[in-house]
Amino acid sequence: MKFAIQVNAAPYAAHAGHSAYRFVEAALASGHEVVRVFFYHDGIYHGLNYATPPDDEFNHTAHWSELAQHHHIDLVLCISAAQKRGLLCRDEAERQGKQDDDLAAGFRIGGLGQLVEATLHADRFLVFA
Amino acid sequence: MKSYLFILHRPAHSGAFAQEMLDIILTTAAFDQPTSILLLDDAVFQLKKGQQPEHFGLKDTASIYPALAIYDVKHLYVEVESLEERGLKPADLGLPVQAIYRKDIAGLMRRHDVLFPD
Repeated sequence: MKFAIQVNAAPYAAHAGHSAYRFVEAALASGHEVVRVFFYHDGIYHGLNYATPPDDEFNHTAHWSELAQHHHIDLVLCISAAQKRGLLCRDEAERQGKQDDDLAAGFRIGGLGQLVEATLHADRFLVFA
Repeated sequence: MKSYLFILHRPAHSGAFAQEMLDIILTTAAFDQPTSILLLDDAVFQLKKGQQPEHFGLKDTASIYPALAIYDVKHLYVEVESLEERGLKPADLGLPVQAIYRKDIAGLMRRHDVLFPD
């Protein structure tokens, strides 16, 4: 089965991102396909490169990056949600005259069209809020 | 092509949620997918007449709803019980809506391919 996933909550505001991560891991292990994981609202903070939790805590961003690298999962942060919250990739920062480079490895910036497209291609769409 | 039902339950100024959901709704409609909205719980306040959010530096999200028809958003459903529980009538809302009873919501959901919560 093909899944499209949306994550709406920030890593430390709710358990949504962690549940989504565990779900994606389990779905892949069971032979399912994950079309895209789209991070929206405060969920975009999952892609913040500079998140530096203590060593004995779960590093959300690092785990997603690793998952993307091993399974070629498409992790997309909504550009408008990310920009208004101050998370800019290098290209966008340059266009805005800023020096940010905030996007963690394995994530990319995209638009809402990529969310709609993912829901069109998937058999199931799940929102983790 | 898939039919989408956006199920909103938050009031207008609960962070950026209402505005960011409207962005998804407009994008879905722009993809020419049959798009409808269901307002439940405090989301019915999103359409209440007489809001003056600009006085508080807030975005007037209610003003986006009348424009949805231009984007071919098919139906705007409002749950009857959610209105009643908040002392509202359809006439208190800023634009015409399709009132739907709680007992019919599950059937409405079954008639759509994608259910999109806020």
